[in-house]
Amino acid sequence: MQVITLSATLLVLTSLAGCAVEPWVKPYERAKLADPIMSFSRNPVADSYLNHVYQAREAARGAEVGQGGGCGCN
Amino acid sequence: MAVTEIEKTNRLLLIGSFAVALPVLAAQLPEERADAMYHLYDGGGVTVSGPSILVRKQFGESLSASANYYVDAISSASIDVVTTASPYTENRTEISASVDYLYGDSQMNLGYTSSEESDYSADTVHFSIGQDLLGDLTNVTLGYSRGSDEVRRNGDADFSDEVTRNSFSLALNQVVTANTLFALSWETIADEGFLNNPYRSVRYLDASSPTGYSFESEVYPRTRTSNALSARLRYHLPYRAALSGEYRYFSDTWGITAHNTELGYTHPLGDKWTFDLSYRYYTQNAADFYSDLFPRIQAQNYLARDKELSSFSSHSLGFGMSYKLHRESWKLLDSASLNLAYNYLYFNYRDFRDISQSEAVGQEPLYELSANVMRLYLSVYY
Repeated sequence: MQVITLSATLLVLTSLAGCAVEPWVKPYERAKLADPIMSFSRNPVADSYLNHVYQAREAARGAEVGQGGGCGCN
Repeated sequence: MAVTEIEKTNRLLLIGSFAVALPVLAAQLPEERADAMYHLYDGGGVTVSGPSILVRKQFGESLSASANYYVDAISSASIDVVTTASPYTENRTEISASVDYLYGDSQMNLGYTSSEESDYSADTVHFSIGQDLLGDLTNVTLGYSRGSDEVRRNGDADFSDEVTRNSFSLALNQVVTANTLFALSWETIADEGFLNNPYRSVRYLDASSPTGYSFESEVYPRTRTSNALSARLRYHLPYRAALSGEYRYFSDTWGITAHNTELGYTHPLGDKWTFDLSYRYYTQNAADFYSDLFPRIQAQNYLARDKELSSFSSHSLGFGMSYKLHRESWKLLDSASLNLAYNYLYFNYRDFRDISQSEAVGQEPLYELSANVMRLYLSVYY
C-alpha cells in the first residue's frame, strides 16, 4: 500500500514538471545556494561513516542525510 | 562475533545513503573525486578502525560510476562481552559499486553492496530515481533497496538463518529562497528473519544463583517495520557561512519511538580552510519486550536486553576542519583537501544497569558510555 502511495505521489509530482511554473528564485540568484558549504552532505564518505556509528548505537534508522536528490539550484 | 557490537539490522541504511548521495545541485552528476579515509571509533571497551576508499569517475556527459572499499577492524571488550562472553577481535569488509545516470531532468542510481565477516554476510541492491520539478527548484527522489543477509554463529556449524530487508524512501529537496534549502525525507524499512543477536543474553531473577540472576538467550520477533521522517534546513548567512538544522521522528513495530535534532554551523576561513561545528541530541524509549532484569526464566515470548533497544538519550558534539590544496602546476588534479572530523558521543541509559559493578541485584548503577569518533581523510578532485 505504501509503495502505491509513494508511486502515485511521484507520478503527480512528475506530471507537474511539464507545467510552466515561474521559478521564484531565478538562476542568477542561486550563487549562494551553489556554494559547496550549502551541501547537505559535503563529504559523503565521512557522513556515511557517522551514520553507520549512530545506527550501531541507536534503534532508529532511515531518512538519513545523503538520501534524495538535488536542490534544483544549478 | 562482531554481531555484538555492529548493529546488523541497520546496515541496509548505510548502504542506501551511500548509493543515493546525489549532489546538492540538480540535474548534475556527482563530482569526480576520490577519498581515502581512516576511521576510528573508541568507546565503551570497543575499538573499531579501518580504511575506506571511494573512487568516482564520470564517463561522458551522463554516466558516473563509483566504487567503495571499506573495512571495520573490531576489538571488543564491551559491557555485554565482559559480563556474558569473552573479548574478541574481528574484521568486516564491505565492497560497493554504483552507477548514476542523468537523463534530462532525471537522475537514476543503481547500486550493489556486499558485506562479509566470519558470522554474517549481507548483499544489497539499491535503485533510486529522481526528477527536477517546478523550474528546477524542487527535486523528488524515490528509492528502493532490497537486502538478503545470512546469519551464522561462530563455534556452531549447525546454526544458520536468514534476513530479508526491503526499504522504500521518498525525498523532497526544495529551494525556498536564494539563501535557504529545505529537505524532507521519509523511509520505511521492513525486515523479516532472524533479527536478534545469536550471542547476546538477557538476565532474569534466579534465587538459586549466587549473583541472584542468571542468563538465557534473547528472542526477538522475526519481523520489524519502521518509519522515519526527517526535515532539514540549510541557510546561507549574509556573510560566507552556513547554518543547518535537522529533526527526525522515528517509530517501529517493536514499540520504539525516537527523536533526534541537530544544529550545525559551517564557516570557511579564506579560500583554504573550512570549519564545521555541530551538536546532536537523540532520545528513544525502550522496545516493548526489553527488560534489564526479567522476573523469571522465559517470562514472556520475546526477550531483549540489548542496550540499543533500551530507553536512553545521547549527545554528540562534532568538530571538523578541512584544508584545501591547489597548485596551478597540477596536471591530473583540479584540487585536493585534507580533512579531519571528530565527534564526542555520550550515552545516558535510563534502564540498562552496569552489572560489572557489585551491587544488590537490580540496584546496580545505570550504565553510561562515552566514545570518540574520528575520521581523517584525503579527498582529491579531478
